[in-house]
Amino acid sequence: MTIIGDRQQLAYIASQAADARVNVELETEGMTLNIGPQHPATHGTLRIIARLDGEQVLWAEPSCGYMHRGYEKLTEVRTFPQVTALVNRIDWLGSFANEVPFILAAEQLMEIEAPPRAQWIRTILFELSRIANVSLFLGDLGVQLGAITPVFFAFRDREYVLNLIEGATGGRFHPNFDRIGGLKDDLPAGWVDETRAVMKKMRKFCDEIENLLFGNEIFESRTRGIGVIPRDVALQYGMSGANLRASGVDWDLRRDQSLPMAWDKVDWKVWTHLDGDSYARCWVRLQETRESTFIVERLLDTLPSGPVMTKVPRIIKVPAGEAWVSTENPLGEMGYYVVSKGDLGPFRVKIRSASFNNISIVPWLLKGVYVPDIITILASLYFILGDIDR
Amino acid sequence: MLLPLQSGKASPLSSPTDSSAEATPRQDAMREQLLSDISACLGSALVQSHINVGNDLCVRVATDAWATSAAALKTSLGFDYFCFLSAIDWLPSPFGKGEEDPTAEAVERDTEIKQGLAGGETRMQVFARIVNHRTHVGITLKTDVPDATPVVPSWVSVFTGANWHEREAHEMFGISFAGHPDLRNMYLPTDFEGHPLRKDFPLLARMVKPWPGIVDVEPLPGGGDEDDAEGSAE
Repeated sequence: MTIIGDRQQLAYIASQAADARVNVELETEGMTLNIGPQHPATHGTLRIIARLDGEQVLWAEPSCGYMHRGYEKLTEVRTFPQVTALVNRIDWLGSFANEVPFILAAEQLMEIEAPPRAQWIRTILFELSRIANVSLFLGDLGVQLGAITPVFFAFRDREYVLNLIEGATGGRFHPNFDRIGGLKDDLPAGWVDETRAVMKKMRKFCDEIENLLFGNEIFESRTRGIGVIPRDVALQYGMSGANLRASGVDWDLRRDQSLPMAWDKVDWKVWTHLDGDSYARCWVRLQETRESTFIVERLLDTLPSGPVMTKVPRIIKVPAGEAWVSTENPLGEMGYYVVSKGDLGPFRVKIRSASFNNISIVPWLLKGVYVPDIITILASLYFILGDIDR
Repeated sequence: MLLPLQSGKASPLSSPTDSSAEATPRQDAMREQLLSDISACLGSALVQSHINVGNDLCVRVATDAWATSAAALKTSLGFDYFCFLSAIDWLPSPFGKGEEDPTAEAVERDTEIKQGLAGGETRMQVFARIVNHRTHVGITLKTDVPDATPVVPSWVSVFTGANWHEREAHEMFGISFAGHPDLRNMYLPTDFEGHPLRKDFPLLARMVKPWPGIVDVEPLPGGGDEDDAEGSAE
């Protein structure tokens, strides 16, 4: 660990010195490289404009807005239950996790709580979204470095999780299953046993990825000491999720705040890494995926019986007030600041999405890196376009 | 959010605009302590505050002191994590939800501007959230945006991450941030006119075609009283 720490520090200093040096050493004509909006390395329509000096980036600026759908405006003309259908599409790989904080905010304003069984199932589906989301990240990671195999494994095994989500909710990508006061339905018969089997498979997938990628020399040399984010910078930019924990900040909203969810009812571990480089971010995500499978299993062991829906009026009017609820989504902290004026719909919803903050660090982070590292750094930051633009 | 919701039948929500008279007996000792620390730290910059018991603390500061109070809270009280920054337009929408029958007579709409928690005097407010990453307690900061010249001090020198959030607030609400290095548009074309998240900016999709979801709130055939009518949830 100490050896890595030193290498780490040197790489950080070198990258900081780089942009100063390239300007002084020789007068060369720079070049502007336009990556995207349609580019295989950017997972969607993110456009990066980079000013280069040789192979080195002088400055880079992401250009957002190719997928701006104006959800904050649209929520103002929807009723509260209708909003979940919109927010599903923010982070489309972990859709169910987007619904939960909004529903919790509405429940907080209405001063109701979902029954225990609904809280448990919500948490289980939340963690399944995380597994489905992050397993694709783990596979995609290899593709950015030229390794094709992991992505096939990822798509193969994510399918099992999507089948589970489909089995319980009826929707593979956009479940729209969470309701104010509980859930739409109870779990189907046989779902619990199937989930246990799939969790074992997903742990095997994690081992596979760990053997394939994380022990790989090419992977290590492409990610260690690359794209280092020190913890105070991470905090200033509002980085969250695995990106923050990879910079050594021990903070997980599942553990550190009390919500009517079931995370605090079982025993699990928050993974952190001190390095703050691309490798650390990938490593933390891998461990979290494995931890999520344990969380799901332990929640299934303690799944209470009872109703999944509390009594709510058929036409939901949310009392006037303001509520902020955020949860630890697959991509990081996702929160909703909901302002209600006592109507059928919200007055204003501020959607705080994780990727927006996580990507806002890119201009700082890409200064002085080499062009091939842009790809690994972007991949390790892990963003979903819909989560940036909303 | 550290304190658990006090269980079971909570008393009805007190009036959200009323910060002084908390009608409920519920207590939030942690946030009250925090509030006294904050008021000691900010002094006269703190205008009004509201404790959302068990959930949140909302503090309104003077517009001139917007950036300096953030810096003070960051250095002396450890609020070093920048969560988000955005704005609210408190004007009731002159267009409603776009669900009325376009052929019917126009309905009279509420035009009174009523600010939310921790009060306010202006139509628009900027609000932001910062968190102490050691204690995991966050606060919501608000400030009024002067109606005549919508300019507030920028947070970029305090939290670098506020850069993009202020750009977003600038294009969506037309609020300027004094001291921001580069208030380019984030999402919209450079020559776009108007500020989409302002309430007086119409949602054109609703103007040209009535919302089909309108049928959702029709009562069920043979339905009983109003509460039993078809909800829009399912």
